[in-house]
Amino acid sequence: MNALFGAFVEAGPDLWKATVETLIMVCATMASAIVLGTPLGVLLFVTGRDGLYPRPMLNRVVGYIVNVLRSFPFIILLVLLIPVSRVIVGTSIGPSAAAVALSFAVIPYFGRLVEQNLRDVPRGVIDMAQACGASAGKTIFTVLIGEAIPAIIGSFTVTATGFIAYSAVAGAVGAGGLGDLAIRYGYYRFNTPVMVWCVVIMFILVQGTQFLGAWAAHRLDKR
Amino acid sequence: MIELKQVSKRFEMQGKAIDALLPLDLDITSGQVFGLLGFSGAGKSTLLRLINRLEEPSGGSIRVDGQEVVGLPDAELRRMRQRIGMIFQQFNLLSHRSALHNVEFSLEVAGVPRAKQRPMAREALAAVGLADREDSFPAQLSGGQRQRVAIARALATSPTILLCDEATSALDPHTALSILRLLKQLNRERGMTIVIVTHDIKVATYLCEACIVLEKGRMVDNIDMANPRPASLLGKFFFETAKGWTDQTVLPQEDA
Repeated sequence: MNALFGAFVEAGPDLWKATVETLIMVCATMASAIVLGTPLGVLLFVTGRDGLYPRPMLNRVVGYIVNVLRSFPFIILLVLLIPVSRVIVGTSIGPSAAAVALSFAVIPYFGRLVEQNLRDVPRGVIDMAQACGASAGKTIFTVLIGEAIPAIIGSFTVTATGFIAYSAVAGAVGAGGLGDLAIRYGYYRFNTPVMVWCVVIMFILVQGTQFLGAWAAHRLDKR
Repeated sequence: MIELKQVSKRFEMQGKAIDALLPLDLDITSGQVFGLLGFSGAGKSTLLRLINRLEEPSGGSIRVDGQEVVGLPDAELRRMRQRIGMIFQQFNLLSHRSALHNVEFSLEVAGVPRAKQRPMAREALAAVGLADREDSFPAQLSGGQRQRVAIARALATSPTILLCDEATSALDPHTALSILRLLKQLNRERGMTIVIVTHDIKVATYLCEACIVLEKGRMVDNIDMANPRPASLLGKFFFETAKGWTDQTVLPQEDA
């Protein structure tokens, strides 16, 4: 027990730095999920066969790209995207470089989840909006997204917790963060207490995200 | 005035063409309450949805107040739809909005200035008897109250036509009657043309001045409800069942 707390005090600054790095990676990743993944999900749904504006060719092409990106093992994607990271954020190491690779993984993933959330909006309310004479924008934003918000928040929570774990993998290419610390100290140097602390902090992050997500979804769900 | 000429609807289903509606002519005069009667799958909802072009017709002409609806460009079609209210069997309210904000939806769409939306929505809710429930969300309202909110939403923009797609089918009989009374009152007080789809002859006899009977996409009867003389087997069946079900009631499918 003492060894565990001793390790916490000793590795405190490292743990703190790693936690901040993990948070940076996850926040940047989830920001791209919202900013780019949500519109992708809307595009996939709206141009789909039963969508508001069916565009089979466009839908198929975008669908293929999404599936290709989702087929890559994440570790391969990380390595492949090194040159891309260098262009986008100016470096190929550290949390910001890892965030680029994580974004490439999260956008298609979150996009598919949003697409499914929109599919679950009852067809009738779309009919209602059309019958009222609503424009495409009004239908998409107020009706589709408005009705799907609790479900989208659920998807966001699942994605965020998943990518907290994914960010640990990015440690393998020198991204830093808790996963990196756990491997370098805990595994390579047999420093089990530090590894335990890394896992505890990850657990707190996952639990906190889950709690906040469930709370927000519950508050916004009026059904 | 709604004038349909040789309007038809054909679906493609797995490469097979299905005639949801065979070419038919129909005139609905302004201020009339008109019923579209038939079993499920007869094409009555399709016919109703052709009027505001929620379904694209496969052929024919549809004129609403003298304006051709078929081929109308998107922006004009949307403006046209703002003048035609519509309510549905499943109410189709926005679950994340309160009753008042649901009514405001149609006003937002119609481009009513923001400052006028609130009072107009309140007025519409008052007209359907729900002035005290404006902050309730749909999940907190009964079926009848939800349909009233939907009617208020349709009413708020003062449309001249109201399309009702099985508006009372999901409601128990006394709630259904209270909704039908409200529709009748709206027709009388505002001269609103009402087109109502139903499979219930009681709805047609209570509310409608005229109705047609549809069977498998074909119009088989056109009935003046003041002096009903159904000519088709299906039409006769409907009027027969209005008296109640008996062992002797002839089922038209078996007959055919």
